Amino acid sequence: MAGSLAGGADSNQLRLCLRSDPKTFDPLLVDEESGETIRYLTAGVLIRWNRSTQKLEPELAKSWEVAGQGRRIRFLLRPGLRFSDGTPLSSEDVAATIKRMMDPGTHSPIGDSFRSGGGAVKTIVESPDRLSVIFPSAVANVERLFDQVGIVSAKPRNSRAVLGPFSVAEHKAGSYVLLVRNPNYWRRDAQGRQMPYLDSIRFDIQNNRDLETLRFRRGEIHMISGLDPVAFERLKLESPGKALDAGATQDSEMLWFNQVKRAPLPEYKKAWFASRAFRRAISGAINRQDIARLVYAGHAKPAAGPFSETNRLWYNRQVQPHPYSPGESMRALQQAGFHLSGKQLYDSNGNAVEFSVITNSGNKSRARIASLLQQDLAKIGVRLNVVPLDFPALIERITRTYAYEACLLGLMNIDTDPNGQMNVWLSSAANHQWNPLQKSPETPWEAELDRLMQVQASALDVTKRRTAFNRVQEIISEQVPFIYLVHKNALAAVDQRLRNLAPVPEPPNLLWNAYELRFGAPLSPGT
Amino acid sequence: MNVKRRFLSALPRRLALLLLLALLAAALLAGRIAPARYDEQFRDYPNARPCARFPLGTDELGRDRLSRLLYGSRVSLLLAPAAAALATITALAIGLTAGYGGCLAESAALGFTDLVVSIPSLLLLFIARAMLPLNITPMVSVGFTFLLLAILGWTSGVRVILAAVVQARDSEYVRQARALGCRPCTILFRHTAAAVRPIAAGQFWILVPLFLVSEANLGMLGLGVTEPLPSWGNLLAEMQTAASLTDAPWLLAPAVLLVVVLLSLQNVLQSGEMH
Repeated sequence: MAGSLAGGADSNQLRLCLRSDPKTFDPLLVDEESGETIRYLTAGVLIRWNRSTQKLEPELAKSWEVAGQGRRIRFLLRPGLRFSDGTPLSSEDVAATIKRMMDPGTHSPIGDSFRSGGGAVKTIVESPDRLSVIFPSAVANVERLFDQVGIVSAKPRNSRAVLGPFSVAEHKAGSYVLLVRNPNYWRRDAQGRQMPYLDSIRFDIQNNRDLETLRFRRGEIHMISGLDPVAFERLKLESPGKALDAGATQDSEMLWFNQVKRAPLPEYKKAWFASRAFRRAISGAINRQDIARLVYAGHAKPAAGPFSETNRLWYNRQVQPHPYSPGESMRALQQAGFHLSGKQLYDSNGNAVEFSVITNSGNKSRARIASLLQQDLAKIGVRLNVVPLDFPALIERITRTYAYEACLLGLMNIDTDPNGQMNVWLSSAANHQWNPLQKSPETPWEAELDRLMQVQASALDVTKRRTAFNRVQEIISEQVPFIYLVHKNALAAVDQRLRNLAPVPEPPNLLWNAYELRFGAPLSPGT
Repeated sequence: MNVKRRFLSALPRRLALLLLLALLAAALLAGRIAPARYDEQFRDYPNARPCARFPLGTDELGRDRLSRLLYGSRVSLLLAPAAAALATITALAIGLTAGYGGCLAESAALGFTDLVVSIPSLLLLFIARAMLPLNITPMVSVGFTFLLLAILGWTSGVRVILAAVVQARDSEYVRQARALGCRPCTILFRHTAAAVRPIAAGQFWILVPLFLVSEANLGMLGLGVTEPLPSWGNLLAEMQTAASLTDAPWLLAPAVLLVVVLLSLQNVLQSGEMH
């Protein structure tokens, strides 16, 4: 039936590109972007985080309940569920999946998220459609974690048996991955028709973005995610209907100063970088609007913190980007003992204020941001030297030798939940970039950050979590350990024949509702 | 008739020389003739088309393209010949030492050359760039890049120069000079060097465009001249993001300039050989 929705023999196949080969099709072992896209489309999960509404929805589980203060979660499965090979789904399959995921020998990246304490995770199969999972200690936001747990068959007839809308039919390494519709997918539309509507999805492996754009222009592929602003603007000029801006992502571009006490830097520079007034003044001297306008052709939003406004649940609207005001910054610096002589700023000991910022070489957007920062900071007498380094050398400096003054980098933020940022905000964390791996918090505000992050991670009540994380965002804005610059937008190109598209900024951007994508005109009743 | 023919045959070379000199003069006088500073951002005019105020338009950050091209020419046109000269002198020194130092010296020189050739130059550039102090000025950074190009670029000329040295060493006139009691220094610097000089000059002229292109390639990898200093390398790199070169042909200006310089150098070089 789905084939009849499109105009031609092969026209009900969605074609697009993956940047790299998926390393694995095992949903429990996926740890990279391409693999996650395939997992999202093929693996059935008990609970799905709806990327559009940003709410949890029942998928394979008809319902669930969390009990024991987050230590136990009980699922009731939908009736009549079948894997793509026809094998029926039962609680035994779910239990086997969780057992395998938690087995240390599996090395499942998802399993690590569920490890809350020293003991083992238990599953109790109560009936063929009912089971409980018991954790040794409370797991915050446990339901959300199940969004990534693709249920696999305990006794599959086919090793690629799945519960998602599509299943992997063919894979030619380095060339393509072909997914075909799962005839046993559980979801039906309002008219009772089985989904998905598409017959197949073909991913060509293509890491060259220029070629990908060219293929889209030729009509060889139907969509592109993560388009760069220049290509997007050009496409928008050519055919406005094909260019979609899904809004600000949670990825951020940011600048931070090295505050590691044992860093091989002059003491006077360490004193600048440790000064909240200095960091705040630098932040206020940066014109974020210009960065968004000139570097991203307007397809970015000035950033105030780790999350952008499209993260409706966790973005603190009280925290706004520091306003651009070189005059105010200059006054704050003068109050902090700095003075301007000619066009150069000096500290109270007569040291000229000049620092270097390292960034990864070959990234054109960051090179342009750095140029804008140079001119912005020159207005308050600060001289900035930009040093592009290859990535391994940069990582060496920011994680081991700490031989740098400031760093300009981006943070990819796939998880929209603050728990995904524990490794950034805890003072003991390796990614607490401005001063990582602290044995105990070196400043009172970092101690407070630690406390609040622990509160939000352990609280079961969402309101309590939000209160804690709102305060985290306020502290970040006050203390400016990271000078957030912009959140870039998720830009996409789509074939105008595609229906039901609802792009979202988070991965898998255009494919989150792949089960309802189709070609041609909207369905009329009785089609 | 003969004079006219000679004039016409020398015309392309003269024109090429004139063009190179004019470009060099424009580059050297960039501070005086450029409409703006190379790093000045006219943020209200990003990606402007050519106009009276911005004859070659502006880049994404609103910087005047003509000014950047003039300043970039200064970097590329001065440093590339300097690096080529250094590489040629190194090759000459090694070639002469190997040619007159006996079998052991020749083997050692050729072995050392092979060793340097086998070093992955890009990796070395990455490592060297990572080891540089962070607070150096862009000018020092670009100087270092060209120094590295010179250090890695001398190898191509060594074998050619060595062959010429050996040929000169075994020639009749050098043997006669030796038999007449000329000192080794005189033989080396007067007789042999005179024979090798045209070949060394040829190597120099070959290396100049090679280094210009290398810097352009390094610029595209983000390893060349750092922002905001312009060079032909990072100006050419901007073309990668040019939305449409057909819609904005002025974006090709750095590429056109590079081609003109390379063709002119080629012309001067070929005419010099014929001469």
